[in-house]
Amino acid sequence: MVHWSAEEKQLIASVWGKVNVEECGAEALARLLIVYPWTQRFFDNFGNLSSPTAIIGNPKVRAHGKKVLTSFGEAIKNLENLKVTYSKLSELHCDKLHVDPENFRLLGDILIIVLAAHFTKDFTPACQATWQKLVGVVAHALAHKYH
Amino acid sequence: MVLHANDKSNVKAVFGKIGGQAEELGAETLERMFAAYPQTKTYFPHFDLGKGSAQVKAHGKKVAAALVEAANHVDDIAGALSKLSDLHAQKLRVDPVNFKLLGQCFLVVVASRHPALLTPEVHASLDKFLCAVGTVLTAKYR
Repeated sequence: MVHWSAEEKQLIASVWGKVNVEECGAEALARLLIVYPWTQRFFDNFGNLSSPTAIIGNPKVRAHGKKVLTSFGEAIKNLENLKVTYSKLSELHCDKLHVDPENFRLLGDILIIVLAAHFTKDFTPACQATWQKLVGVVAHALAHKYH
Repeated sequence: MVLHANDKSNVKAVFGKIGGQAEELGAETLERMFAAYPQTKTYFPHFDLGKGSAQVKAHGKKVAAALVEAANHVDDIAGALSKLSDLHAQKLRVDPVNFKLLGQCFLVVVASRHPALLTPEVHASLDKFLCAVGTVLTAKYR
């Protein structure tokens, strides 16, 4: 069981409260596909991913980015119960989607960079530390049901 | 990981803009790394790692200078960092996994201080550059 201090919960809530889930999700997924192009392997049916411009403008990327970050929001609401909350999603990613859990870590790191760019100096070292812990825990929960 | 022409020009452009603040960026990178990845502190038992530490500032300056040097010689990073590579292999022996952690924190520092600079394309190039630096520094480990 992961322990979250009151300060950590505050840092998570205060950042999350100001996040535009649709914009942030779209940007994080787009950057994942641009910075680590091999991640495009999971999105053959997304259409045009041929350039950074194409990726950023791709409506399927935007929609999926929003979906992913919305789900992340669920994790934040269930920090004490993450493995259970993500149990079915973990099975899905293993059995149906066949996603290497390393990709969850890559996306987590990208999300942090997107947040840093958005919040600039408000994204303090303490804030980053808490969010690195959060994305790590989310990635771990998503990988938990892998077999 | 090969740096293409566009990556090299992106890296040079970024460092052209931030190179002047290299010391501050280096110090903040280390501060963030120690906060987010406490295990990295194990390499600095001899340092005061408290807030505002002069030792962290000095070391951040060294780290940043090495990145600037690599950016200035982006066509031959291995040549530019050869001595540093020897040092890491023979004396420092920092586990290779830690270079990724430092790289992540450096990207966060650039993102938080210069968000407009870190377009997705530049982000990709900088990430590749930092990987290349890590690869060079660990190349002689075995």
